[in-house]
Amino acid sequence: MSEGSTICAVSTPPGRSGIGIVRLSGPEAIDAADRFFTATNGRPLHEQSNRRLIHGHVLDEGCVVDEVLASVMRSPHSYTTEDVVEINCHGGIIAVRRTLELALKAGARLAEPGEFTKRAFLGGRIDLAQAEAVADLIGAKTAASLRAATNQLQGRLSERIMALRDRLADCLARIEATIDFPEDEVPPLPGAGVAEVLEEIRDGIDDLISNAQGGRLYRDGITTVIVGKPNVGKSSILNAILSEPRAIVTEEPGTTRDVIVESVDLRGIALRLCDTAGIREPGCEVERLGVERSERALDEADLALFIADSSQPLSAEDVRIIERLAAKPHVIVAANKIDLKQDADMSEIARKLPGKKVVRTSATEGIGIKELGEAIFNEVTNGAEIAPEEIIVSRLRHQKALERARTALRRAGEALANALSHEFVAVDLRDALDALGEIVGAVVTDDLLERIFSEFCIGK
Amino acid sequence: MVEAMYIYPKKYDVIVVGAGHAGCEAALASAKMGCETLLLTISLDTIAQMSCNPAIGGLAKGHLVREIDALGGAMAKVTDATGIQFRMLNRGKGPAVWAPRAQADKKAYHLKMKHLLEEAAALDLKQALVEDISIENGRVTGVITQTQTKFEGHAVIITTGTFLRGLIHVGLSQYEAGRAGEFPSKKLSDALERIGFELGRLKTGTPPRINKNTVDFSAFTEQPGDVPPPPFSFSTDTIEREQVPCYLGYTNERTHEVIRNNLDRSPLYSGKIVGIGPRYCPSIEDKVVKFPEKKQHQIFLEPEGIETDELYCNGIPSSLPEDVQLQFLRTIRGLEQAEIMRSGYAIEYDFAPPSQIKATMETRKVENLYFAGQINGTSGYEEAAAQGLMAGINAALKLRGDVPLVLDRSQAYIGVLLDDLVTKEIREPYRMFTARAEYRLLLRQDNADLRLMPIGHRLGLVDDAAFERLENKRERIEEELLRLRNNRLAPSETADRLLVERGTGPLKDGATLEQLLRRPELNIEDVYALAGLAVPEKNVAEQVQIEVKYDGYIKRQLAHIEKLKKLEDAAVPNEFDFSRLHGLSTEGREKLMRFRPASVGQAARISGVSPSDISILMIYLRK
Repeated sequence: MSEGSTICAVSTPPGRSGIGIVRLSGPEAIDAADRFFTATNGRPLHEQSNRRLIHGHVLDEGCVVDEVLASVMRSPHSYTTEDVVEINCHGGIIAVRRTLELALKAGARLAEPGEFTKRAFLGGRIDLAQAEAVADLIGAKTAASLRAATNQLQGRLSERIMALRDRLADCLARIEATIDFPEDEVPPLPGAGVAEVLEEIRDGIDDLISNAQGGRLYRDGITTVIVGKPNVGKSSILNAILSEPRAIVTEEPGTTRDVIVESVDLRGIALRLCDTAGIREPGCEVERLGVERSERALDEADLALFIADSSQPLSAEDVRIIERLAAKPHVIVAANKIDLKQDADMSEIARKLPGKKVVRTSATEGIGIKELGEAIFNEVTNGAEIAPEEIIVSRLRHQKALERARTALRRAGEALANALSHEFVAVDLRDALDALGEIVGAVVTDDLLERIFSEFCIGK
Repeated sequence: MVEAMYIYPKKYDVIVVGAGHAGCEAALASAKMGCETLLLTISLDTIAQMSCNPAIGGLAKGHLVREIDALGGAMAKVTDATGIQFRMLNRGKGPAVWAPRAQADKKAYHLKMKHLLEEAAALDLKQALVEDISIENGRVTGVITQTQTKFEGHAVIITTGTFLRGLIHVGLSQYEAGRAGEFPSKKLSDALERIGFELGRLKTGTPPRINKNTVDFSAFTEQPGDVPPPPFSFSTDTIEREQVPCYLGYTNERTHEVIRNNLDRSPLYSGKIVGIGPRYCPSIEDKVVKFPEKKQHQIFLEPEGIETDELYCNGIPSSLPEDVQLQFLRTIRGLEQAEIMRSGYAIEYDFAPPSQIKATMETRKVENLYFAGQINGTSGYEEAAAQGLMAGINAALKLRGDVPLVLDRSQAYIGVLLDDLVTKEIREPYRMFTARAEYRLLLRQDNADLRLMPIGHRLGLVDDAAFERLENKRERIEEELLRLRNNRLAPSETADRLLVERGTGPLKDGATLEQLLRRPELNIEDVYALAGLAVPEKNVAEQVQIEVKYDGYIKRQLAHIEKLKKLEDAAVPNEFDFSRLHGLSTEGREKLMRFRPASVGQAARISGVSPSDISILMIYLRK
């Protein structure tokens, strides 16, 4: 491994922001920075106090590159647990880039993506869940997903999981006590029985799972595929939502041959819109490829937005698409072109796609576009709005572990209901504990015996 | 250092120091495996002595005894020959947590075990107090006794129980002893420290024994054994000995008051005792102080034998002064006139934290030197016997140049025990619980023979006849499973009548017998009766029923083992330098360097080693 080396990188996102930070980490970080940084108070960085902002200049062979603030965080009290120097440049992108070049010249090497976090993890500074949260933080697409990542980083997820594990372990300890100490007097669970306690724990896990579903929305966004026969205004709807013309819009059917993906912030959720070539009998090779791609996009999407032309009667092609959509859980219908003379029998759509929301729109007039956004948002969040600051589970890995815990608890409930002996219930409870432990990185250990001996008077 | 005046002319392969439950199994196994073996004991009159309660088995412990038996050890057979009450605990629960337990006749057990040792070929039994261990070039060469005789041997197994610097407390008075009234072993502790072993201090306690003739049994509930008594050994058919009951009574508020009023005279609560005692076997003082809300505690009166009237008062170990012991005892209903024959006491003793041994029980520091039993920080006769057996087996295997025998956690409680010893911090005397076994549903007392007897046979510890019986049983189980799978029961009026009677649904289109046996309402007798077939012999029927009924759970546990196999198989090289690993937590590094795990699976079980530490270890091992 390369932990012996000193790495550097620009640790602020690229862009036109006024301040950029160049970070160095590793055994040579302070010495390297001393080669191009001069403090106003005249002392080199290795004589400066820890975690203070030090005013000074970045110099390149005597010439001032930028006026900066530098800080030194000595090992192990830094993010990576190594010596770290951060230089806050103020002179815009050019100054940041030149400072980085000077750091490289001074002996540091360019960090690989995520290398600072990897070092923090290897240094024992952060646990796995936190390391993942950092990765999410960096890749956050919207402000809301940023907040979810921050919540996770601050350990709110760990806190909730630990509380659930604690109750579960208490339950299991009691069960284990009755198994291992049949001749001792182990009192039954006070108040509610085991089954009821397990149910309460399951509710707690359910909460986290629905939270996770919301969390995934904030993290990954909603992929929405726009379907409809040619010339019903798919691209116009897309453009109306994006509020700027981007996809090609023409009167000639079949010109939008590729799947076009555009991203828009829908109340904090990244809405990814895919315009498709339409699902129809292809006329030529190019079209055939486009149609295939559309089919695939439809399979992978979270939600399908079906555009119908309300100024024309439903065609056989419309019906074919509707039939194809019947199996998709999330479908929204836009009855477009309401500015024209109405001729479609919308009740037939409602009959063929029961329970699906129909929004009346006119892409050209900009009517119903906002409502369409609302409908999409409500459809995927089930109407239950999750405030971004409440999101604490955003990783698929965590969601899967929570689902495993829930399955195990359901099995435990069944075993209890079937009056199976407690050692069978214990198998499921251990599985549930293990699954929750995976999220926070804890394992079932002597912890159980610890609980048994502290709670029950054991010992024949 | 003790200088030898006389070198005993006979050279031994294996020398076992101590003839308790560990030492006896170690010596018998090593001798049976063809090693010239010497067993040395401080007193020939206390061989296989039960220092504490007169009982063998119980939850997890009973499992261990069945495994010892399947591997060819002696404990189960000696118990069957001398036991005076046998019970199967937890019969109301599933088969995995049934556990045999027996009241032992202490003297009869001692004599029977002593006789086995005397009869054994290639085994010499001698009375001697060992004071030093001789070592040359990092390898053990023999032992030296108090009388300056040197016995030479290629391997030495130390099984000293509570004798290392044993210190007995009764009230505020204390004296040095290995057990009440017996010599301690002081110089051996010095020798171990001189060699470089780290020693710690543990404590255990024992209750008073009373005279049966001074007890009013009308105040107690009689607890009889099972009829017929279920034996421990797979080779015992029936228990022939006279069986006797135990008695259950309770302490009361007055008892607790006496104890509370005298805590200032308790060595436990006055700070005299530094060793750590077991929380699962607390003294009555501890029970009263830590669980003040409990108005009464159980007391079991257990006979110490047929030819004695001494009763062991299980449940009330105490190191209070003798006058207080008598005073609180006489507050108990039925014990108002009780006469104490032996007072309860607490004993502190040295142990060697088992991070110093490998899973083969050989010490890391000295080649061919083995530690087994309480010296490794365990408690219990069964835990000791299991370790003694494994140390004897591994010493013999090593001298023969064979690969060692290390059972894994999915194979046996013995595997769980040894794995725990080499991965866990010992904070109190270690006792086995079924909760420690992650594959509890597989490690049953009923299938210990199927799991382990082939190994015992291969080692030469189980005779051909027993092994043949086992293989026959295995075949019969397969046959019957196949029969259940292949036979279908067609719907009929008589069948449906019985099914409904049992509270289960009638047949629709017929079902295989296996499907029927899966129904919780039906047992194997019902299913064979429905099919008009004769029920197979008991030990076969039992396995068939368990395999069919709990198939889902068994498969899940097997799948779990398979999943973790990768970690267990990822070997950590013997001389792996953990100090080189960058990024380990401080505690993780310290623990890994101390316990020196042999696999990543073991490393993951060490407390204080975090999942991140394991990720780092795996990254390095993969390179």
